[in-house]
Amino acid sequence: VYNFAANYFQEKVIPGHETRSVEALCWAAGDRLFGAGLSGDITEYDLALLCVARSVDGCGGPIWSMAANSSGTQLAIGCEDGSVKLFQVVPGGIQFERNLDRRKGRILCLSWHPSDTHIAAGSIDFLRVFDVCSGNSQPERIMVNYHVLKVRRECIVWSIAFLSSGTVITSDSFGRVQFWDWQRGTLMESHTVSTSAVLSLAVSEKEDSIIVGTSTGATYQFQLLPVKMGSLEKRWVRTKPFQHHTHDVRAVAHSSTALISGGLDAQLVIRPLMEKMQKKGYDAALRKFTFPHRRLVSCARKARLLLFQFSQHLELWRLGSTDETGKDGEVLPLCRMPEHLVQLKSKGPEHIYCSCVSPCGSWVAYSTASRFHLYRVQYEGDGISIKKVPKVPKLLLPAYQLQFSSDSGSLFVASARGSVHVLQLLEPGGCKHLHTFRPPSGSPEAVYLLASSADGHWLAAVGGDWAIHIYDLKCFKHHCTVPTYSCAVTALAIHPVTNNLVIAYSDQQLFEFSIPEKQYTAWSRMVQNCGLHRVWLERDSPITHITFNPKNPSHILLHDIYMFCVLDKSLPLPDNSALLMNQSTLKQLPETARQRQLHAFKICKKFQPLLFADLLDENCLVMVERPIMDIKTQLPLPIQQKKFGT
Amino acid sequence: MYSVATEETLRVMGGHADLVTGVQLNPHNHMQLYSSSLDGSIKLWDFMDGIPIKTFTVGSKLLALYALASSEDSVFVVIPKSDTFQLVSVKLTKAAGQDLEAKELSVVLDGVDTSPKRIAFGREGEYVASVKEVNLQVFFFKRKQLNRFSVSAIKTKSGNNHFTCIACHPTEDCIATGHADGKIRLWRNFYHKKDYTFSTLHWHHDTVMDLAFSMEGTSLLSGGVESVLVLWHNESDCQKDFLPRLGSAIEYISMSSDGALCCTLHTDNRITIINSNLRFSKSIQGLIKSKTGLVVDPRTKALVLNGEPGHLQFYCLQSDQQLFSLDIVQRQYIHQAGLNQADLVKVAFSAQGKWLATVEEREEVTDPELQLKLWFYDEETQSFKLNTRINMPHEDHITDMCFREMDELEDDSLILVTAGRDCVFKVWVMVEDTDPEGSVSWSCDFVGSYHNYQATNCCFSEDGSLLAVSFEETVTVWDSVTWDLKCTFCHPPGKIRNICFGRLTCSKYLIGATDYGFLCCWNLLSCAMEWSAHLNVLVLQPDPLSEHIAAVSWLSKESSLFVFKPNEPRPIYIQRNLCKEKIQLAAFVPRDEPETIGSEKYHWLRRSQLFFLTDTQELMTLSTKSLEERLTPSSKQLAVEESLPVTPFSLLLGKHRRQQSHEDIDLGKLVHNKHKQESPAVKELLHTPAHVLPSASFLCPIFINSLLISKENKSAEEVADEVEMESEKTEDDSDEERGVTEMEQEDTSAMELLGEMTCKLSKSQEKELRKIRKMDYSWISAF
Repeated sequence: VYNFAANYFQEKVIPGHETRSVEALCWAAGDRLFGAGLSGDITEYDLALLCVARSVDGCGGPIWSMAANSSGTQLAIGCEDGSVKLFQVVPGGIQFERNLDRRKGRILCLSWHPSDTHIAAGSIDFLRVFDVCSGNSQPERIMVNYHVLKVRRECIVWSIAFLSSGTVITSDSFGRVQFWDWQRGTLMESHTVSTSAVLSLAVSEKEDSIIVGTSTGATYQFQLLPVKMGSLEKRWVRTKPFQHHTHDVRAVAHSSTALISGGLDAQLVIRPLMEKMQKKGYDAALRKFTFPHRRLVSCARKARLLLFQFSQHLELWRLGSTDETGKDGEVLPLCRMPEHLVQLKSKGPEHIYCSCVSPCGSWVAYSTASRFHLYRVQYEGDGISIKKVPKVPKLLLPAYQLQFSSDSGSLFVASARGSVHVLQLLEPGGCKHLHTFRPPSGSPEAVYLLASSADGHWLAAVGGDWAIHIYDLKCFKHHCTVPTYSCAVTALAIHPVTNNLVIAYSDQQLFEFSIPEKQYTAWSRMVQNCGLHRVWLERDSPITHITFNPKNPSHILLHDIYMFCVLDKSLPLPDNSALLMNQSTLKQLPETARQRQLHAFKICKKFQPLLFADLLDENCLVMVERPIMDIKTQLPLPIQQKKFGT
Repeated sequence: MYSVATEETLRVMGGHADLVTGVQLNPHNHMQLYSSSLDGSIKLWDFMDGIPIKTFTVGSKLLALYALASSEDSVFVVIPKSDTFQLVSVKLTKAAGQDLEAKELSVVLDGVDTSPKRIAFGREGEYVASVKEVNLQVFFFKRKQLNRFSVSAIKTKSGNNHFTCIACHPTEDCIATGHADGKIRLWRNFYHKKDYTFSTLHWHHDTVMDLAFSMEGTSLLSGGVESVLVLWHNESDCQKDFLPRLGSAIEYISMSSDGALCCTLHTDNRITIINSNLRFSKSIQGLIKSKTGLVVDPRTKALVLNGEPGHLQFYCLQSDQQLFSLDIVQRQYIHQAGLNQADLVKVAFSAQGKWLATVEEREEVTDPELQLKLWFYDEETQSFKLNTRINMPHEDHITDMCFREMDELEDDSLILVTAGRDCVFKVWVMVEDTDPEGSVSWSCDFVGSYHNYQATNCCFSEDGSLLAVSFEETVTVWDSVTWDLKCTFCHPPGKIRNICFGRLTCSKYLIGATDYGFLCCWNLLSCAMEWSAHLNVLVLQPDPLSEHIAAVSWLSKESSLFVFKPNEPRPIYIQRNLCKEKIQLAAFVPRDEPETIGSEKYHWLRRSQLFFLTDTQELMTLSTKSLEERLTPSSKQLAVEESLPVTPFSLLLGKHRRQQSHEDIDLGKLVHNKHKQESPAVKELLHTPAHVLPSASFLCPIFINSLLISKENKSAEEVADEVEMESEKTEDDSDEERGVTEMEQEDTSAMELLGEMTCKLSKSQEKELRKIRKMDYSWISAF
């Protein structure tokens, strides 16, 4: 779930389930999110607990489509067996209401008329429009393949939209976007946009613009434009093509200011409509999200181990090392190669929520929706043995974030309703529930980020309501709350020397909060007064990890997907006229000029896309890159297209 | 004006003093058209009769012309304004008279482009759109609103996205623009400064040269350097049709007003007419600009030069049309920059045009690829057939080539000589093939060289007995039977640039021109130099039908023509400052029948006409007549003010009636008009076919009145006061005269051309003549 107000921050993630593919999602009855899939179930998600709240069998075989009516009181599902079923959304669940007139042929897409009186349903070779009251369709079916007689292929209506004017828009596997008069069953307009299928379609709220996504990765915008200046006659015109995806565009959405598309290439693209933008700024730039906005890698600094979290397994690696030194830019030969120590497969179909490795490297923990696992890892020479810790305390599951204390003596488990459990780890392989922190005022949302101090005194926890609570670990009590800020926290960390809490927000603001003094530090106030550099604020990916250099307390190390930054608090902040990324120009300057040009942000963009960066010791930094090509190779082949000139 | 049915040139209208930059049909009268020119005038023509109706003088250069149905009395032109150009509307005054001033200009758009393709008027003249570089501006006439849009100026590998052309939808608010990177953008909603939108069509890989909407606007035509006409249906990227292989890059596209035809104008001076179902219909091919080769086909008397890449064009001078195009290279031409493609460099015909020799080259850095091809004229198919192909006839470029021209002899005396930069000349003869059909092919017979100098020119004497080959500074003369070197001539310093033998009575002379600025004439009998002249000759061209030789010199940046006979060192004719360009080639084209030329000076042009090709690829000729004389037949000299179908009779009658009414106004002009002393009414009457004339009794009073003029005229000239007194009586007559004076001004030129009526009659003679006329026609009044 992305929060558009918070700079498109990926705020909530509901981990997947192998057997529960989601074919359709819709919001109903306010902020209730429903999903339906080929398992045949309609699922309601709990957005506070980030898990499945309840599930109801649709009784029609695999569900291909689902749509909520405009008031959000009814859900219609389209099933494999050709039935369209209506469900009533009631508090605490949904209730089967009735079946509409059933015909053979799976219902692939559904759309309600804005007045909630009719439902348009697309199937293979035809579409139907149902009267919700009578449950019948009149005319019975509208054939969509009528105009293609040459090849006898089936024409799949992939997506459908019902406008308030009574126009039904379909997109089909022949690459056409067609406009139908449903009452007469006649075709009004047909636009061939692609040689391959048009998979998805979305209409703007004003019904003057639609976006379609094709299986070649291109999206097209259609606009309802007046034919002549001042005349009332309007026509749908294909206007802008966009090619942001390499694979099928499976889903599109049309917000009032942007076109949003998501594809099989694992990218979510937000393309703002420039003409709807009042001014240039963060919203007026194209956004592409490929990676999750959270940390999937954890690092055992002392043991030099990295733990990678995949959807259904974990990988533990030992870093390679070198005993040579060299100059900037040199690649040093390794004396020990990086080593894949162990792969932990999660049992069951559930995806992993979170994982962590302890700084000493001897504990690994992860959690799924229904289970929490803690492992004791022992290293015997080159060999490794891994042992599951038995009898972990029964906690309120799932865990949303795990964090070991810096002495590896305890484990903090972020849990629902703002609570954080503290587990004490016992040698040679056991644990014990010590305490549970709860915010003093209570909170319905789950904690999603944790940070503990190096001296083991403080713990900071951020919940879904963006409130940061600081707990005292020595006396197990709530210490204070950081003043709430109107944006989501993307990363936070406690400085090992000063015990200042550094917070990064999704609008790219940085704050420093002194825990002992329970107030923002002078530097933080100065930053707020001066304001951060414009280029810094316009970056489009959130800071996902913050770490510190213990040898140089004024340094803060931050990174997002595209850059790694050393923030030197002792240097002045750059103003908007200065160059933010000035490392390469600084290199060419003589020493005296360089001193004058220095500013607080030292940015390195060499490593992209950067999943993780952490300081192992004072002169050793680990960077984890995830090349896009790695992801691409796992995707199915895109549609082959002849490119001119090749 | 061409006929789309027959491809024939129907009419040539001339009158502008400079390049014609725009032609537009008059939207209010389908029988008229407007034309604009760099000379600053707009002319209104009756194109059915080829008559200029009106001339509006604007003053500044006109670069493009647009006529709109919605603007009643004005047209739009592009004029320069300091560094930039602006679109202005010109009010065309309704005043009478043929030459009018049009000074009422109002600026519509500033900073427009000069190309007429970059401005277009929208639906019903509601708005005008103009593109320049990366900017599009749209001006709405009613709202007086100017909207500007621009595309980002990105430069990619395939080119930039500058605008190149624009077209407006005929019924909807939609603008199509073509771009240098091959994209077509369709703009809509452009009356909103922010909410405008466009979609993109992309097929062309290079610049979109022109766009045109169909009459209903349902389809869009586009063309470019690919020589493919693309038809886009319903503004969709997926539905398009193509008409490929149109020969050369498309420059302009135009739709006929009924939508039945469309035509494309190509870079090779061709108009292609295309049916509405995108089928090639006809093509009107003019002279294609050519780099090399200007020879005359002895068979058709057509000029032969290379036209399309790798083709030889046969160009008919009389009809200004291409007769046909012969594919010499026979390879697919690929439109791509920087690609070396084989092209034709040398052409030679045998005397009767039975054989044709061509040389093609492919320019390579290391070694040129050469081919000599010999073509035989096939009587059955009426075209040339490839007979022999010789790969690498010379090691290096071929510099010259000629046939031995012996009209009366048999085929086996036919010899081809090629001179090459590889320091040899080669003699090629026909040999019988061994196969039973007895076909012939060509092979090398003799290779001659001289001191390892590069052979630059070769030439046979008129009887074919001698071959002259120039080797850099030396001219060698060879016996064409034994191939012995007979003698050598040279005129150091300076290499030989051209050589030719004298003809007919002067056949004992050999003429040569050196690049050191000398023209020499050697006597072949005495083997001595006859005369020499200091002249920087570029082209030396003998007339095949006379002794005359034309030499074109290049001196102080202008070309001059000298015509001389070899036997005397004095030129017969000198034309200095022929043109400002260098002349590359010249050819004498024999006339079908000798022309009667009065002037002694031009006597040398009697048998044949001289044509030149300049290095800007302009074909020029020398003529004793002016252009207008040749273009305008005398029968089309009636000035017509109304565009309705006009017969000379209605003209006669109508003018008479109308002018009777406001006769008084014309009185002032009367004095002037009296100078024209001829009786045009009589002339008109006599020129008009009898069957269109009204009855004689009706004509009679007019006619007789017209004869009464002479007396009045006389008095008018003598005493101005008398005019007023007698004006009432003379009204009819003076009208007659005034009506025709306009024509007379033009008539004079035609008169001179005819050369018969040029001598002006003296007053007394005229009087006498009139008396005779009066007497002649007195019998009419008796009825």
